[in-house]
Amino acid sequence: MTAPANVTFRIRRFDPATQQEPTWEDFTLPYTAGMTVLDGLRKIKETASPSLAWRSSCRMGVCGSCGMFINGHPRLACNTQVTELGTELVTVAPLPNFDIIRDLVPELRPMFDAHAALMPHIIREDTAEMQEPTGEYFQSPHELEQFLQFTYCIKCGCCMAACPTVATDPAYSGPMPLAQSHRYNADSRDGGFASRKRVLATEQGPWKCHYAGECSQACPKGVDPARAIQLMKRQLVFDYLKLYKQPCPSKVVAKVTTITRRPDVPEAPAKTI
Amino acid sequence: MLENKGHPNRLGIWGWLGGGKWGLERYLYTLHRLTGLGLLFYFLLHIFVTSARAFGPEAWATSMGTVSGPLFVVGEFLVFCAFAFHAFNGVRLGLIELGFAIGNPIEPVYPYRTSVHEQRPLAIVMMVLAGLVVLAGGLDFFILH
Repeated sequence: MTAPANVTFRIRRFDPATQQEPTWEDFTLPYTAGMTVLDGLRKIKETASPSLAWRSSCRMGVCGSCGMFINGHPRLACNTQVTELGTELVTVAPLPNFDIIRDLVPELRPMFDAHAALMPHIIREDTAEMQEPTGEYFQSPHELEQFLQFTYCIKCGCCMAACPTVATDPAYSGPMPLAQSHRYNADSRDGGFASRKRVLATEQGPWKCHYAGECSQACPKGVDPARAIQLMKRQLVFDYLKLYKQPCPSKVVAKVTTITRRPDVPEAPAKTI
Repeated sequence: MLENKGHPNRLGIWGWLGGGKWGLERYLYTLHRLTGLGLLFYFLLHIFVTSARAFGPEAWATSMGTVSGPLFVVGEFLVFCAFAFHAFNGVRLGLIELGFAIGNPIEPVYPYRTSVHEQRPLAIVMMVLAGLVVLAGGLDFFILH
């Protein structure tokens, strides 16, 4: 699309103090080269509506704060050029499937509660080693590949907004929490599959996913939650059939002490935490 | 904790029809649910109609007479189409849920290639097979009988 002279932003507004229902409000701005949807929102806040509220931080698609429903698709506002939308009318609404706190600010707490319930952290029995490491947990490049893709998640909520199952079922954990749960189940350093399984076997688990694939299509980081959820299902089925044997969490490899540092390589900085 | 959880914005049943990018799999998802509900409705209707046999031969004949018109033949053919789609798509979902045809995790490099792209050939093959079964069924429903 060639750059338009003006762009109209149609924004979903909601102020809980004064409104019962959200309304649409239009703002027309002159187009500037390289304008993103987030740039447009900033311009509106500076020049037309100081009360407009949204979340954003890094402006480079890393923090995951500015997930919004832009022209009918969940996207990051900072990562979406106005010209790529192919229209002079840009509709911006808060991410669906989350309550609206105000204007474009969704209530993400239920997503993070579901995330926390699935124990998204390394679980091991050697807690002393985890607190005061004497070495490193061994992990081969092949073992790393089993979960690396899923570590790129920025928790923006776009997958949750795109998922048709989340749209109808509040009990379903959703793509982000489930993918992050599998990220740890697939980590060779982790031994927490049995603990997570107790949550995954319930209605919060992956069985309500019928592979619409929208979460993977909507993900702005290419995390592919749908793949993680299917791999998790395989793991659960094999476990149920007693065919899955969780490997022992990887062993600690002692720090190398037998080699001397080259004189031109500086020491690592001191620990800060 | 926030006391006010905010204004409800869950899409509900419209979420089956709105949001997302609408790849082939989204249509299959929606159709799978609709055909599932349709088949469930048919089974209930089937039990209701055939239960007339318990009330004697006359009730049975009346019941069969009610459902023997050309409209019901078309209806039965639609049920057959729903069955063919639901069965083949169900096989696809079963295979995917066991980790087949979705590929292994890869490092995400733009433009992203996801499991949705990996399994698309399987989806197309299954839909072609379902279409062939529907064609064969159509021959049987409308031409051979």
